[in-house]
Amino acid sequence: MTMPISKKILFYFLLSISALVVFAPALLAFVMSFMDNKDIMTGSLPQSLSFDNYIKAFEQFPLLKYLLNSFIVAIAITIGQLILSSLAAYAFVFLEFKGRDLLFFLFIATMMVPFEASIIPNFHIIRDLGWIDQYPGLTVPFFATAFGTFLLRQNFKQIPKELREASQIAGMGDFKFYLKVVLPVAKTSLVTLGAYGFLTSWNMYLWPLLSTTNDTVRTVQIGLKQLQTQEQLNDWGVIMSGAIIVIIPTMILLFLGQKQLQKGLTEGAIK
Amino acid sequence: MNMSNPMIESTEIPEINYESVKRKQRIRTFAKGMLFLLPSLLLFGVFLFYPLFKTLYLSFFLTNARGETTVFVGLQNYLGMFASPIFHQSMKSTFLFVLYTVPTTIIIALFLAVLANEKLKGIGFFRTIFTSTMGISVAAASVFWLYLFHPSIGFINGILEMIGMESIGWLTDPKWALIAVAVTTIWMNLGFTFLVLLGGLQSIDSYLYESADIDGASYFYKLRRITIPMLSPTLFFVITVTIINAFQTFGQIDILTQGGPQNTTNLIVYSIYREAFTNYQFGTASAQAIVLFVIILIMTIIQFKLGERKVHYQ
Repeated sequence: MTMPISKKILFYFLLSISALVVFAPALLAFVMSFMDNKDIMTGSLPQSLSFDNYIKAFEQFPLLKYLLNSFIVAIAITIGQLILSSLAAYAFVFLEFKGRDLLFFLFIATMMVPFEASIIPNFHIIRDLGWIDQYPGLTVPFFATAFGTFLLRQNFKQIPKELREASQIAGMGDFKFYLKVVLPVAKTSLVTLGAYGFLTSWNMYLWPLLSTTNDTVRTVQIGLKQLQTQEQLNDWGVIMSGAIIVIIPTMILLFLGQKQLQKGLTEGAIK
Repeated sequence: MNMSNPMIESTEIPEINYESVKRKQRIRTFAKGMLFLLPSLLLFGVFLFYPLFKTLYLSFFLTNARGETTVFVGLQNYLGMFASPIFHQSMKSTFLFVLYTVPTTIIIALFLAVLANEKLKGIGFFRTIFTSTMGISVAAASVFWLYLFHPSIGFINGILEMIGMESIGWLTDPKWALIAVAVTTIWMNLGFTFLVLLGGLQSIDSYLYESADIDGASYFYKLRRITIPMLSPTLFFVITVTIINAFQTFGQIDILTQGGPQNTTNLIVYSIYREAFTNYQFGTASAQAIVLFVIILIMTIIQFKLGERKVHYQ
């Protein structure tokens, strides 16, 4: 498909304007994070750029601790989701048993229950388990995911049934088949689901806000809220440096896995 | 030993064995299936289904500050809620918010996806930029826009003043606060919506465009007659997801407006949160949560039902 040059120019023009508008909020924040507070308050162009805001943010707030907590929480949820949804997807594809369709419907039904609607009893459950300010309280409720199960089920279905039959003749049990054949074959889907799981759990807000009361397991998202509300002097440079730190891991993940995510999301969503 | 017995046995026993083996096999596969599903089912039970029923239960009671039920009040929580002007405001704001965010998000994301679907040099760069807001958390995005909407040093008022207009109290003026939160939300959701729509566009068979080119069809004709119809399943999915997300909005409100000014941004999830965890009225908060559940339930059912019939599939 070749395009006339005038049309090409029009497209590049529209693309550039759109990109500028979409990226402006993040770009402004990025520049501000290196700016002097005086320059920000007077709205002038930056006279000097420095890492002072970042140093301040790390010194005044336990940002490093928050970041570590977020990593632990996000990785735990990602691994939990991968294990649970791959096991469930395996059962839905390779095991035929009575009541399977009913259970599948139950999985679909979970998508109709927003977590926000059941958050009050959930908070009480976590409290009664003694999981407030504990990693399990932040992670375990999110291990089971219908979306992840459907995504992997879609992928597992493409594995030929003959392969399972052959392995059965060779005396391979289901768990071994799941571990040795299915998981390696579905590697890309697992990576996609993992990236998506990490992204969403890193960005969680409401639940960590409720289930943490102190710094021990508080995640960086809630840390950022603290930074923003406690900065009485309106030191926007420091606040923005905090926000930039928060988004760096997910931005890197997104840049690396953009194509994967796009494929995975459309597959899991549409079919 | 006579000769006939083993003959009879050999024809009968395998049949009996076959039946019982089959049954045993069935029990075994059932047990195996349950074993694979057990972790997910257990967690869904504890953290999803049980809490949902507990929410319904709580909605018929008054509770103490620890969330234990004290007095059974029947439908009183619901009646009180539907009579409360604050809840009316909350519902009105929530639906307005859906109306502000959903069509705008989809139109802008579709525009970006159509642009980024062209095979041009360096298109990958633009795709990355358009996807980028997907990696930005609610907290970070809200902080960015908190600055942009800042009354005195904010970027947006700066531009307004530059072109000679009066500055606006974006987050403090009841007329503007919901719009400001909506703008933030649209920006946040753009990345995800764009990515899904782009995926949908790319899965359209290029053969369709080629044959349209041979017929000399115009760009907009192709957009209207090929792109939009072929994209309809994806569009439908994206619309439902965006609507459901809009009903679940929380973080932006918590950082930008805390439900104010004059409750104009007190969207339903924020209202539940405030009722439960600042006022400790778990009964009435649960009644609101049930309303949220019913709304999402209806949305999901519409997606399943309509999604199959009205939408053009390949």
